[in-house]
Amino acid sequence: MIAGRSGNAQLVAALDRKASAFGLHVGQPLANARAMVPMLRVVAEDAPADAKLLERLADWCDRFTPFVSTDPPRGLLLDVSGVSHLFGGEKALLDRIRGELRRQDFAVRGAMASTALAARALARHRDGCVVAPGEESKAIAPLPIEALDLDEPTTHAFRRAGLKTIGQAAGRKRAELTARFGARLVYTIDTAFARADRPISPRRPLPDYCAERNFAEPIATEDVIRETLLSLAGALSELLEKRGEGARRLEAVFFRADGIVRRIAVEAGAALREPAAMVRLFKEKLAALADPLDPGFGFDLIRLCADRIGRAEALAQQFDSDAVRERELGFLVDRLAARFGKDRILAFRPRDTHIPEHAFALLPAQHAGAAEHSWKKLRGKGEAPRRPLRSFSRAEPLSLLRSVDGQYRIRWRNTQRLLTRIEGPERIALNWWRSGSSTSARDYYRAEDEDGRRLWLTRDPLSGQWAVQGVFA
Amino acid sequence: MPLGHAGADACLGGGLKRAALHEVFAQPGHETAAAGFAAGLAARLAAGKNLLWIRQDYCALEFGELAATGLLELGLDPARVLLMRAAQAEDALRAALEALRCRALGAVAIELSGNPKCLDLTASRRLTLAAEENSVAALLLRFTARIEPGSAQTRWRVRAAPSPSQEENWGQPRVEAELTRNRQGATGCWVMEWSCDDGCFRECEPADRGAVVSAAGDGSPSAALEKDRNCVAA
Repeated sequence: MIAGRSGNAQLVAALDRKASAFGLHVGQPLANARAMVPMLRVVAEDAPADAKLLERLADWCDRFTPFVSTDPPRGLLLDVSGVSHLFGGEKALLDRIRGELRRQDFAVRGAMASTALAARALARHRDGCVVAPGEESKAIAPLPIEALDLDEPTTHAFRRAGLKTIGQAAGRKRAELTARFGARLVYTIDTAFARADRPISPRRPLPDYCAERNFAEPIATEDVIRETLLSLAGALSELLEKRGEGARRLEAVFFRADGIVRRIAVEAGAALREPAAMVRLFKEKLAALADPLDPGFGFDLIRLCADRIGRAEALAQQFDSDAVRERELGFLVDRLAARFGKDRILAFRPRDTHIPEHAFALLPAQHAGAAEHSWKKLRGKGEAPRRPLRSFSRAEPLSLLRSVDGQYRIRWRNTQRLLTRIEGPERIALNWWRSGSSTSARDYYRAEDEDGRRLWLTRDPLSGQWAVQGVFA
Repeated sequence: MPLGHAGADACLGGGLKRAALHEVFAQPGHETAAAGFAAGLAARLAAGKNLLWIRQDYCALEFGELAATGLLELGLDPARVLLMRAAQAEDALRAALEALRCRALGAVAIELSGNPKCLDLTASRRLTLAAEENSVAALLLRFTARIEPGSAQTRWRVRAAPSPSQEENWGQPRVEAELTRNRQGATGCWVMEWSCDDGCFRECEPADRGAVVSAAGDGSPSAALEKDRNCVAA
């Protein structure tokens, strides 16, 4: 038996079959239960662990349908529309799910019906039943009113009114029910009877396309995994090609024989369709994983899903070299991003601002998109660069000294240098209209020291503080 | 690929070989000049194709981040430059090998600081092989590094050179480039000027060092300093 704490009271949270045979029930104070059955073995409830286990089970159930939703604290809802024929019919599918979960030492109850609510009510009270469409009302009418999982006062009110089964409750006039319990209850009963439908929401967005392969004998070697990914990618690619589409996100789902599910996703900058390119991305990603893919006792199902679908032109149409080169470059960026992370491979994009430090942005090359502005050269013909090749993210403070003979010296990074030239200022107004910026303008100077090194200096006109903002080539 | 500097091109037998590894060592304190020289080489070698610049995170912290506006002012097209930030030298080399296999790129510049253990003779040979196979130029830009044996085609030691002081207009960026290793011929040392407009190197007369010019005018630093002093006095 499992005991949990609700408020200040220790209550019975869950019971096993033996304990319920003693007449204990969920929600009973723990002290009462102990008084009734002194040899009770009590385990403390661990709600987060339960939730995690439920998530893991939901992951495992992904092998039957991508449309899985959790129904906490201990229920799972699977939408099997359109997939049951793959497993030999509805009854066979239900029995297989129950059987396999039971083999993992879970106590399972399950039922199948056209609506989630009906299936849930039936699972609790008529384990293993499959209700054909249209038969819901007949099937759930004899179930006790508790099966609807209503809140405590409502259930109690029904019981007091002598309405013990769902059928009896639903037999009342709708107006009466609405007047007494509100429209919500009528809607609940309607959904239970399949007169209205409340969709279940899947745990994760459904992929646009997917391909999968089952293995009678779990596979574990790298070669077989790569071969499988390649053939799945080929299958996906065929699907995509039929519609002239490509995927910008791919996810490989590895179902381990012992129930653990691992998902690995890669992204592409442009819509992708070539199986070889897909597999190369996964190869890079798998090689760079901090915790490598552990096959354990082997994978018995591998699935490849394609997401973020976009138009993709067939490669054969692109004979001009520029487009091919663009594409090659895109593949390289994708591979580097898969290996090192997408924020490590960057592209420069111009920004519409006059402030030199913000004149360009470094964006992830995969998602940088087309430039919104054009690059503006500041230098006139024949002139030296007016912006430094390297700039510091934070300007480094510097002291500028003028010696007696009229020469300037700077002190930066603990060395003194003599300046041979200094030119400025180029005064640039800062965003004084924005709150938070204390100064309204900054002066920029170009300076060259005795060795020919050119520095890009700034000076705050208010404080008079000099700093090195960057270095010219 | 000719650099544009007659003396250097003659020494190199017509120019730099594209399908090869070239090393540029920065003299201490002249890292940006070396980066500018490498950018110039990369632009020449890439010949209009894209350029991938791989740099170690440490280099950006210590010597500043590569700035698109600076590349643009040097005459490179920032839209054709990709920047890869590598956490470690190992990552940088691995990424470089991967990138050198991509023929869509014209050149790959790898910016490393110090003498990482992973950059040994084998790694250098691998880079050379990858560059040769796909005819993508590989440029190793080394900051604060000792010279070690490697398989580079050419090796340069670069420092900034003073600009001609008499000019009113600041001259084009100048470097003193010393060719310390050349597999094909002699070595040499030249002062070169990078022509931002034409995108090539040019000969120039070395300027006399130590000439000091102070700019005059209201907006000059002296005026600013004067004002500061007044402020403090007030």
